[in-house]
Amino acid sequence: MRGGWLRIYAITYLVFLYLPVVLLPIFAFNQGTIIAFPLQGFTTQWFGTLAEIPALHGALKNSVFIAVVTAALSTILGICAARASTRYRFPAKGPIMGAIMLPLVLPEIIVAVALLVVLLQLGFSLNSWTVIMGHTLICTPFAIAILSSSFQGLDQSLEEAAIDLGETRWGAFSKITLPLVLPGLIASFLIAFTISLDEFIIAFFLTGAEPTLPVYIWGQLRFPTKIPAVMALGTLMLIASLVILSVAEFFRRRGVRRTGGKDSGGFL
Amino acid sequence: MSIISLQGIHKYYGDYHALRGIDAEIEQGEFFSLLGPSGCGKTTLLRVIAGFESVSSGSVMIAGQNMARVPANKRPTNMVFQSYAIFPHLSVAENVGFGLRKSKLGVQETGLAIAEALEMVGLGGYGTRAAHALSGGQRQRVALARALILKPKVLLLDEPLSALDKKMREQMQGELRRLQRQVGITFILVTHDQEEALIMSDRIAVMFDGEIAQMDAPQTLYRRPKTRRVGEFIGVMNFLRAQQGTTSARKTTFEIEGLGRAEVDEDQLPQGARALSDVVGLRPEAMTLLFDDPPAKGHMAEGVIEDLAYYGDMTYYEVRLDGTSAPITISMKNLTTRPVLERGTRTRVGWDPSSLVVFAG
Repeated sequence: MRGGWLRIYAITYLVFLYLPVVLLPIFAFNQGTIIAFPLQGFTTQWFGTLAEIPALHGALKNSVFIAVVTAALSTILGICAARASTRYRFPAKGPIMGAIMLPLVLPEIIVAVALLVVLLQLGFSLNSWTVIMGHTLICTPFAIAILSSSFQGLDQSLEEAAIDLGETRWGAFSKITLPLVLPGLIASFLIAFTISLDEFIIAFFLTGAEPTLPVYIWGQLRFPTKIPAVMALGTLMLIASLVILSVAEFFRRRGVRRTGGKDSGGFL
Repeated sequence: MSIISLQGIHKYYGDYHALRGIDAEIEQGEFFSLLGPSGCGKTTLLRVIAGFESVSSGSVMIAGQNMARVPANKRPTNMVFQSYAIFPHLSVAENVGFGLRKSKLGVQETGLAIAEALEMVGLGGYGTRAAHALSGGQRQRVALARALILKPKVLLLDEPLSALDKKMREQMQGELRRLQRQVGITFILVTHDQEEALIMSDRIAVMFDGEIAQMDAPQTLYRRPKTRRVGEFIGVMNFLRAQQGTTSARKTTFEIEGLGRAEVDEDQLPQGARALSDVVGLRPEAMTLLFDDPPAKGHMAEGVIEDLAYYGDMTYYEVRLDGTSAPITISMKNLTTRPVLERGTRTRVGWDPSSLVVFAG
């Protein structure tokens, strides 16, 4: 068989990658409270218990708020940076763009500890806004990467043509550029939202009295009886993430098609 | 009265001197071309007229009005971009009607104007099509209709044909010319293709290094290029070293390598030149291979055919004249009664001093 070993390698790799994730929903529907085989019968009761934990609802609300604000902020910052990097030439452009994209690969724990130290030194009290700051920092590179592919496909003459036909600068941007990059905008927003929603380390360090959802889940892991409920919660988050990422990728691809460019980026 | 008047225009990008004192008057209804190699400043000049670039000094007047404080979106010019810049998310009709949105036309009148503009460029009935599905030639027509629908005083075209294939380009050259005569609007075309400029223009400004080297009608430009560089850029030109001899009231004599002594008329000399160049030019078609014809009257030289290129209708011979080191190009029309000579053949070359081009030094 041609490429036999490669095929086995690929399958092993995928199993290793996704088996733990698949176990999550399996145990979410398991009757027993202990996370072990054999399974003890099918139940949806763990999902039911989720509805009865007020602390969880608070954490969820908190997380969604942080994720929405983070997504909005990093998308706006992303528009500015992507437009600047694809349209203009300026001194030290490479190093500047590199510095902006760096949080993508910087260990989060370092970012988190550094931010904590700085924020405390500056006299900030820890709350949702400090988490938003940290999340915006790590989400903006993703937004830039997505939006750059939108802006790159855009013919630079388009805005000038609109101005030539009587539009103001802002009119040209809002009537021509914005509609053309809108799919990228939506994709960027959704991906930043997803990243912020399940980010743990920065949230753990910078959150105040009101934990985010991942921080809340981590707290629950100390109580063995609550683990099945955490599994159920994890399953729901997994589904939500998959749906949001698929929608985001759909919009990103549509954007590339719309501007007539070649697809050369994206995360999926 | 000239529709566009450019006076002493300089443009700097930092230290780079992109436009070095441009003066030009462009007449109403004229098809005017800016011709030059890439980087000569022709596109910058077009963008200065359109208002996309500011000037470092000098003034742009359009229809008698100074454009210094008039932004691009308020100028009576419209532009066809090199990439056409068709808005890909809009339909053909929405593209063409884009500039009318700020006007006070009603829905019906707008629709009518769009249909008329599309008809004019040969795209009648294409209004509902999606713009991104059009071919290159169709995009160009949409860009034309979109610009002309606003009835600008001047239409600016930035290398509009460079993205088309050869057949399409030739067809569009004819159509653009016809369209210009039909609407009577002044067209300013930027191109690096000398043939295109010759075919289409009433007048051409040849630009090098941010300056206009010569501004003339196509025939004058071809027959009387003022400098060696212009002669080289437009068409094919042979250069031969020449020594200036005696100058009488009306004639100047030259001793030309390979061709011998010739007298040149006063009006053949470049006007206003302080000194003459030490080379003279001769177009390939200004010389004839004499084959077996009897010795002609007038001037004659001899040489050897070193190489040739057969083009079907024409043959281009590389002939090295006796007493010269480099061959010159001579073009001959291929007639059924006329053989194509072979490499190594000795031949006589007939030529006429009236077609000699004398350059400013």
